[in-house]
Amino acid sequence: MQTTVPKNRRGYLGALALILVIVGLYWGLIHAPPDAYQGNAQRIMYLHIPSILTAYLSFFLVFVGSCLYLWKREKRDDILAYSAAEIGVLFTALTIVEGSIWGKPTWGVWWTWDARLTLTAILLLIFVGYLMLRSLIEEESRAASAAAILGIIGFLDIPLIHMSVYWWRTLHQPPSILRPDKAPWDNIHPAMLTALAINFFAFVLLYFYLLSLRFRLGEMTEEIKTRRMDRGR
Amino acid sequence: MKLLRQTYLLLRKDLVLELRRRESLLTMFFFGTLLLFVFHFSFDLVPEKVTEMAPALLWLAFLFTGTLGLTQLFEAERTNHCLDALLLSPMDRGALFLAKTCFNIILMVAVEIVVVPLFWILFNLRSWEGVPLLLGVAFLGTIGFCVLGTLLSGVTLKARARELLLPLVLFPLMVPVILATIRCMEAILRNGNIGDAVPWLRLLLGFDVIFVTVGILIFDWAIDV
Repeated sequence: MQTTVPKNRRGYLGALALILVIVGLYWGLIHAPPDAYQGNAQRIMYLHIPSILTAYLSFFLVFVGSCLYLWKREKRDDILAYSAAEIGVLFTALTIVEGSIWGKPTWGVWWTWDARLTLTAILLLIFVGYLMLRSLIEEESRAASAAAILGIIGFLDIPLIHMSVYWWRTLHQPPSILRPDKAPWDNIHPAMLTALAINFFAFVLLYFYLLSLRFRLGEMTEEIKTRRMDRGR
Repeated sequence: MKLLRQTYLLLRKDLVLELRRRESLLTMFFFGTLLLFVFHFSFDLVPEKVTEMAPALLWLAFLFTGTLGLTQLFEAERTNHCLDALLLSPMDRGALFLAKTCFNIILMVAVEIVVVPLFWILFNLRSWEGVPLLLGVAFLGTIGFCVLGTLLSGVTLKARARELLLPLVLFPLMVPVILATIRCMEAILRNGNIGDAVPWLRLLLGFDVIFVTVGILIFDWAIDV
């Protein structure tokens, strides 16, 4: 079995991600001005938005990996879906925690049943279910195809859940940067936008670094299993 | 046509089995009734409050009884390796999916037809006007529930502790169905017709159509042994 990312290149990716995370944190926490209304609490946005975007990226990769696995039956695609789901759960949980910490000083509550919060929580539940399903089926190939199906259904269900919880209620901040009436750079201080952009790239790099590590782990587990089988165990 | 014929044959097999044993139907029916009593004790419902809470309570009762049915859905096939034999036979797996879905829908509808009037009698609701429409909406919700339920019950077939796992993966995915059905039912009890809940009804229909299609296409892999 072959690794898709050679070891030394993965090291560079990790180093670059680390540097960008540090620069991004400096830019977001120190360099960018505090928000006019929310003060320093707003700075959590520099982590909050990148983490939810990477979580979405993750669930998209679960969907892609699941489709490919059902289609071609290659172990590689299944490992991709599994790795992406695990890291996706991590980033979704992070998003919820960050949001809560921000919500307490800004809204006065840790949690509220707003549409976007509810959607994120349901996403977390769906993909925690996905991980549980995997761990509760012993037979490798069964677990892989079962998980692939749940990954596909879960992804297809997201737009419907999105619509229903939005109709149900909405209280979250409307998007302040990507608005139809103004260009993004008019809505926000340039230093804030730069901080957000840096953090976003930092998170994406960090994400792919973690993904490649987790992917390699999956491949090695697979390799051990094959070798054991070859030795007649 | 062949798909429908195969579906019919498989469905008839399940129905005959169920009519002879009456296991699922009786358990589901008594569990549904039991839930009505539990709700009554927990909320101490007075008539003014009942109309407000009826949609949520009814739908919760259906959801729980439906889950009970789903966990039993492939029980007959699991013993004596009947499933292997069934999968070896030259039939479309989509037909198996449709038959199982229809079977669970029939069970749930049978329970609903009894439980809804019972709810009206037990909680002294006066107006019976919206009941047929209410059952209609419940039917659409039931389709959505059974479609995904059957699919996931096939997926979890070989899992350990599958009875516990099934609701865990099913309920988060059920959010659109739960919200849409309850909002439609509320509108019916408030106005006597679907009125302003038409978008919810569309969402519910959309959910049913999408997942029936996805189910037929994907079930082949879901049940693969």
